[in-house]
Amino acid sequence: MFYSISLYAALAVFIIGLIYKIHTWFSSKLALLPQATSARFLPALKGIVATIFSAKISTLLGAFFLDVVIQRKLLKDDFLRWLAHMLIYWPFTLLLFMHALDSLITANIFSGYSSTINPFLFLRDLFGFLVIVGVCLVLYRRFVIKAPRLRTNVMDHYAIIILAVIMLSGVFLEGAKIGSYSKYNSMVEQYSGLEDPGEIKPLTAFWVENYGVVSPDVKGPFDAGLLEKGRELHEMSCVTCHSRPQWAFMGNTVAVSVRGIAVSLDNANVHGVLWYIHFLACFIGLAYLPFSKFFHLFATPLSILANSVMNRKDSEAANVATRQALELDACTHCGQCTSRCSVAVVFEEFGNANILPSEKIQSLKTLAAGRDTQKDDVVRILDGITLCTNCRRCTDVCPAGINLEDLWFNVKEGLLKNDYPEYALLSPLSYYRGLMRDQIPQQNYGQPLSLAREMITQKYGLIKDRAGTIALTAETDAFPDPGLSFDASTFKDCFGCQTCTNVCPVVANYEDPKERLGLLPHQIMYSLGLGIKDLALGSNMLWDCVTCYQCQEQCPQGVRVTDILFELKNLAIVNAKKVSV
Amino acid sequence: MKFALFLGCNIPARVQQYELSARAVFNKLGIDVVDIEGFNCCGYPLRNIDSRASILAAARNMALAEKDHLDIVVLCMCGFGMFKEAAHKLRKSDVLRAEINAMLAQEGLEYSGKSQVKHVLTVLYHDVGLETIKQKVVRGCKDIKIAAHYGCHALRPSDVVMFDDPLNPEIFDRLVEVTGAKSVHWQSRLDCCGAPLFGVNDELSTDLTKRKIADARNSGADYLCDACTYCHMQFDSVQSLMMASGQEEQNHAVPAILYTQLLGLSLGLDGRAVGLNYNRIDISKIEESLTK
Repeated sequence: MFYSISLYAALAVFIIGLIYKIHTWFSSKLALLPQATSARFLPALKGIVATIFSAKISTLLGAFFLDVVIQRKLLKDDFLRWLAHMLIYWPFTLLLFMHALDSLITANIFSGYSSTINPFLFLRDLFGFLVIVGVCLVLYRRFVIKAPRLRTNVMDHYAIIILAVIMLSGVFLEGAKIGSYSKYNSMVEQYSGLEDPGEIKPLTAFWVENYGVVSPDVKGPFDAGLLEKGRELHEMSCVTCHSRPQWAFMGNTVAVSVRGIAVSLDNANVHGVLWYIHFLACFIGLAYLPFSKFFHLFATPLSILANSVMNRKDSEAANVATRQALELDACTHCGQCTSRCSVAVVFEEFGNANILPSEKIQSLKTLAAGRDTQKDDVVRILDGITLCTNCRRCTDVCPAGINLEDLWFNVKEGLLKNDYPEYALLSPLSYYRGLMRDQIPQQNYGQPLSLAREMITQKYGLIKDRAGTIALTAETDAFPDPGLSFDASTFKDCFGCQTCTNVCPVVANYEDPKERLGLLPHQIMYSLGLGIKDLALGSNMLWDCVTCYQCQEQCPQGVRVTDILFELKNLAIVNAKKVSV
Repeated sequence: MKFALFLGCNIPARVQQYELSARAVFNKLGIDVVDIEGFNCCGYPLRNIDSRASILAAARNMALAEKDHLDIVVLCMCGFGMFKEAAHKLRKSDVLRAEINAMLAQEGLEYSGKSQVKHVLTVLYHDVGLETIKQKVVRGCKDIKIAAHYGCHALRPSDVVMFDDPLNPEIFDRLVEVTGAKSVHWQSRLDCCGAPLFGVNDELSTDLTKRKIADARNSGADYLCDACTYCHMQFDSVQSLMMASGQEEQNHAVPAILYTQLLGLSLGLDGRAVGLNYNRIDISKIEESLTK
């Protein structure tokens, strides 16, 4: 009764969860295009039908076989992870069909099916063993090897724990049942037709000797005649349903090792408790599946298939938005992207976990769920996405087939519309954005760039307010970071020849360079010399410097002009962030 | 001759012809290259934002090469300049080196400066040598006029990069000539291509690019020749965007060719082998100008 109620309850939660999660793919607020659910559902349906009834079906089938079934990306990139995945996925699936759903499936296919008879008895333990080995490999990778910057979050812990509980409770349950005298007695009562204790004794002796049952009173050594009589009874009533427990090598190992206390375990009904733990763990796993990382069982194949036939150029925007919502569920937080991420190492300097692609996805899940997100969090996500060289390695290695490059691009453009200043845009990291300019609405392209500049310059009023005089109070800490400043302090050697400005291609590009650039390179050197660093920090010249090093190369006084501009840029960004966050 | 090949971020993603042609040329000239899987961003694009982060990224790459006892060959000039800059700063500051090494130590890495970093042009000019290359050139390019674009970050700051004479460099011209092509003299050959500002100030960036293209054209060049990822994206991808948006007239274009593509062709490799098909502006015609 309790079993059925909890099973149906778990199933109900599972199905409602499934529907809810699929609904979020069509309603997620994450994507650039916040469209109504209906406006997303029909194009998806149309796209799926059009793809299935076209030549692309062969691409789909190929992707299904190579990327879903064989997981070739993972195989190529990390054999250990591939092995762990295969050891968990396939045997677990087989356990599900052969063991968990035995009354629906196995019993209907094999007429003489019984879970305690070979090959089923042996296979159940074999599959269980393989899953346990797989879980051990996962533990080894996450907690022993500890790849740099591979993070393990609550969901990862949950997944490992629930799998381990299901598997281990199953093994221990089997072990407890093998030795259980009460289990044995109820079986005798049900199937042997024997009632007289004198008649049952030979059978009990035979089972104690050969089947691991631990009886409180019937104990060996037994004489051959008794065992022979037991064998006859066994062959009459039991043998059709029972192979020897040694075949269940894991359960039997447990039974053997607890043999000394088997009677007490039986009296305490430990096998009953284990049974509850085992099926409840399974039902919890089932009910929570749509909300846990196991949901990737559904989302990842879809992500792989969708990405095998979709591309930025031809796919409908609504379908891209749906796919990107689905991709968040397809992520298993395996960390493969982070392990190959080109900028992952600078996490050590910036400390923003959103630099790491695997963690960025976790933040995007929160954003997509529409949960209250603080401005600071959004700024950090935007910063993490912008600190990316668009090397595409994350997309290339993602075993879930997620087009991360496109996801970052769309989310970044979406977040930039919030008018939060993103200073990292003022760097060659924006090159890719420039190349992709035609994918960005015109009014949204330049706005974030001007905003970042404005936020920096507004802190330094000196450059705008030129009517008044500037107080010349010497600053001693022109450059605070001793680690980098030894080159920058060369501004002191400037003797004012203006060669730097005369050779600057940016200055030469403008009719009115002073108005455009705020300060010319030599004026920046002067301001530093006069101790008015703030004047220099507010100058547009910093962000329009093309870093060609002509100024520095040709300076007769060895002033590291370009290096100084780099340091001023770093400093301006640090200061601007202090204001805005 | 054996090097760790540093490709950086852009080459595998969008300048595949550079990798193809460089590997093909290395193969022809007997240069062994090793791929180090752990290589990350060179650090260059991070310099505007946080110099320490850029040095950390560069140092990690150099530490990885050091661990394998290899020198590095860099295809990109910005990457090359960044490595040199990082090495310079790490050499001069014990404090900085200690801080960076503390972060690298978490992964069992250490930067000590043992690995040399070279740009592909330096390797070809100094390590392989013009004579050796000359012997292997099988197809002449004698009707082709080339405007060799030196690239800022390989050339300057000269005391840090030590690439060539910063005011009157010649190794690129000599390397062009060894293929049989004519290296034209052009006024702005040492100027910036505009790439560092593309995406930040597109107008200024493309102004600089336009000026260079015009000068190359007026000097009679058929092709701009570059040996840098960013310069090539600027002269190829961005120039083609400029043409598409009408900023640059179609018939005024001076298409770009990577030096490794030009050299590869003269060494007898065909257009596909040097990835001509990956160039945004079609330069497949160049094969017709090659003489046996």
